[in-house]
Amino acid sequence: MVNKIWGSFIVIGLLYGFITGKMDIMNQEIIECGSSSLELFLTMFPMMILWSGIMKVAQEAGVLSFLSRLLQPFFSLIFPELKKDDPALPYIASNLTINMLGIHNASTPFGLKAMKCLQEENPKKDTASKSMITFLVLNTSGVTLIATDILAVRSSMGSLNPTDLLFVTILATIINTTLALLMNAYLGRRER
Amino acid sequence: MNITTLGNYILPIVVFLIIGVALLKKIPLFDTFIEGAKDGILLGFQVFPCLLGMIFGINILLRSNLISNIFELFSPIFSFFNFPKEILPLALIRPISGNASFAMMIDIFKNYGVDSYLGRIAAVMQGATDTTIYVISLYFGSIGIKNIRYALKAGLFADFITLMISVLLISLIF
Repeated sequence: MVNKIWGSFIVIGLLYGFITGKMDIMNQEIIECGSSSLELFLTMFPMMILWSGIMKVAQEAGVLSFLSRLLQPFFSLIFPELKKDDPALPYIASNLTINMLGIHNASTPFGLKAMKCLQEENPKKDTASKSMITFLVLNTSGVTLIATDILAVRSSMGSLNPTDLLFVTILATIINTTLALLMNAYLGRRER
Repeated sequence: MNITTLGNYILPIVVFLIIGVALLKKIPLFDTFIEGAKDGILLGFQVFPCLLGMIFGINILLRSNLISNIFELFSPIFSFFNFPKEILPLALIRPISGNASFAMMIDIFKNYGVDSYLGRIAAVMQGATDTTIYVISLYFGSIGIKNIRYALKAGLFADFITLMISVLLISLIF
């Protein structure tokens, strides 16, 4: 699936660029893509190293398992197939907490770790398990409660009250996450 | 104190709590940190190929302008339903690229105003959802999942709902 999406992005994009005569832009993109993604990686990479270190400390100190015990009622509702002491849950809890606070770069290492744990108990290694997809849906539906980056832009561009959308954004997040989880449960049940 | 400065408190408090608890529990703090940080380096090297590949594919598609041209084609339909069509390019890009959609949001702020109807929709849309395709390719790519089953369907459904909810809520509240 990822293979098909990726391949069609490139083939369709290049074909359309050719038809509309934008080969200069396409050519430039192929040349520059490496350095532009390296730039993004360089902002992410030190963050990942730092947070992997802090995460390890949090794990040893029992902060992660405390967090996941706190979220346990919610977890047993949306991950009915996982055991209470599943090794992935503390990472999922940390990923969600940091996402809620709107710090996406810092949450990625936790998300990747959680996926790795879920993969270990996945019977078919090349196929996504149910809990992996549920976790993914939680992530993409975006559980952000305070979108700090958007607040910063709004206030820097002269919004009279940058925080007036806080409540609406939280409401939108709650509604769409709930609906997305319901849809996810439905799709999971249908495809068995 | 407003919420933007409040945002500055989040990370320091998180770090303080974690390190503080570890200190109280007398854990070999620095050794543990270094051990974890080494994992971070490995993780980073595992993730970079996924990142580069996905950015390559996404940028080729975005810069061919295909998506924005398709949306222009359908704009009469949206004006018929009184749907703010200026927001559509953002809605289409949002699931594909977080950086591109963030730039588009700023563009909407510039063109229509931060506190305008469209500006508010753009901000909520950007804040209330996350980049589906990026997350799928990064998370699944890093552990070698090839068959993603219904993940894309579920993720895009969430994005579609967010689009509808943001327009609806902003129309109702402001």
